[in-house]
Amino acid sequence: MTTSSEILLAGIKEHDPRAIGRAISVVENNGDGAADILTFLDQERISKVMVAGITGPPGAGKSTLTSGLITILRNSGKRVGIIAVDPSSPISGGAILGDRIRMMDHALDPDVVVRSMATRGRLGGLCASAGATVRIMAAAGCELILIETVGVGQSEMDIVQLADITVMVLAPGFGDDIQAMKAGLLEVADFLVVNKSDQPGASGLLMDMEQIFSAKEEESGIARVLETIASENRGLEELLQSMENFSDYLAATGQKEQRRNRALNAETIDWIIEMLRPRFQDAMNRSPSQKDPRIRAKELISKTLRVN
Amino acid sequence: MTKEQTPFRVLIGKPGLDGHDRGAKFIARALRDQGFEVIYTGIRRTAAEIAATAIQEDVDVVGLSSLSGAHLRLFPEVVNELASRGGSDIPVLGGGVIPEEDIATLLENGLSGIFTPGTPADVIISSFKKASQQHRNHDNLK
Repeated sequence: MTTSSEILLAGIKEHDPRAIGRAISVVENNGDGAADILTFLDQERISKVMVAGITGPPGAGKSTLTSGLITILRNSGKRVGIIAVDPSSPISGGAILGDRIRMMDHALDPDVVVRSMATRGRLGGLCASAGATVRIMAAAGCELILIETVGVGQSEMDIVQLADITVMVLAPGFGDDIQAMKAGLLEVADFLVVNKSDQPGASGLLMDMEQIFSAKEEESGIARVLETIASENRGLEELLQSMENFSDYLAATGQKEQRRNRALNAETIDWIIEMLRPRFQDAMNRSPSQKDPRIRAKELISKTLRVN
Repeated sequence: MTKEQTPFRVLIGKPGLDGHDRGAKFIARALRDQGFEVIYTGIRRTAAEIAATAIQEDVDVVGLSSLSGAHLRLFPEVVNELASRGGSDIPVLGGGVIPEEDIATLLENGLSGIFTPGTPADVIISSFKKASQQHRNHDNLK
């Protein structure tokens, strides 16, 4: 193991912000030392941590709600990790990561570990990076990790699958968006939060959601559709309590382990594709072809993987 | 396996009390359009908040904007706050309404570059690129 990996690992254990930030970059950029760092993280801390995905359409209040949850968790002395995901521009590859603006109240609190991540246009590679980031934060002593992402696209859905628990934040006034999401994220969400519940249309939305979720509630006995007004910190304590109860329920019924294994498998597939991508890119560039992509892919696979 | 260079990460922040962030947002967008990942921390931040965020986000460069006239105090304060958190290697660039006669003082106090009104955007972008690349070159980890 290189000295720099050792220094970073020691720093992570001692919760040094510089070491945590550097280690995440090393893993995100697939740098030298990534394997060392990931091999020697504290597995006990990783298995104990609760990972929650916070998702929902833009403007529903995810960042405000996340910031409110951080405040409650900090008041009870818990160390928190936040991964805030924003999309990269498909044209330039750049990104503006602005979720921190609403979390700046916690900027000087060393027990709130925040990392902004861009999707970087990777098909699934983001999952691999975010998964590793979760484990680094957990190894640094974070007891709860929130992954905040706009819940509208496939890559966001993939990333949400990394979490033990998924919270979908909705607000009245998104009518058609919510209709469109019904087939997708609503089904994988464990909690539906109707935020801005003092606004017109909230009661109708709440009724719709309760109808969709009625089957899920019976299974665990925990209320899964909740109302909040995140900007006034209303309903957040109840939400957090329900999340913790549900996490305990998942652990007790063996479902937490199942979910973790599923997430680890998804990450592994991601890494396989990421690691093979340059080889196939190379093989593809060397033999241009007008063949149907599916046929070409099969040929490239049998040629490239056999040579090894 | 050849490794692609991953995007540079920069922080754009406004220390102090002035609330005019048109310039900061313009630069943030211009950097994004050139492939940077830009962490934007909004207006009215303290030097300590900006430095702590830069460390957590592990940025290659910090860019500061000030229109309030307090740059002589606030810009070097960010440099010092970074250093006290183990980030003395992170270059800091500054821009805004800055009189010519202050530039030398700021450079002496740890700033890596200063941009005054009227500096063309591509000059600013290439300074960010150069500073980021230098930071990466001295970094054996990524």
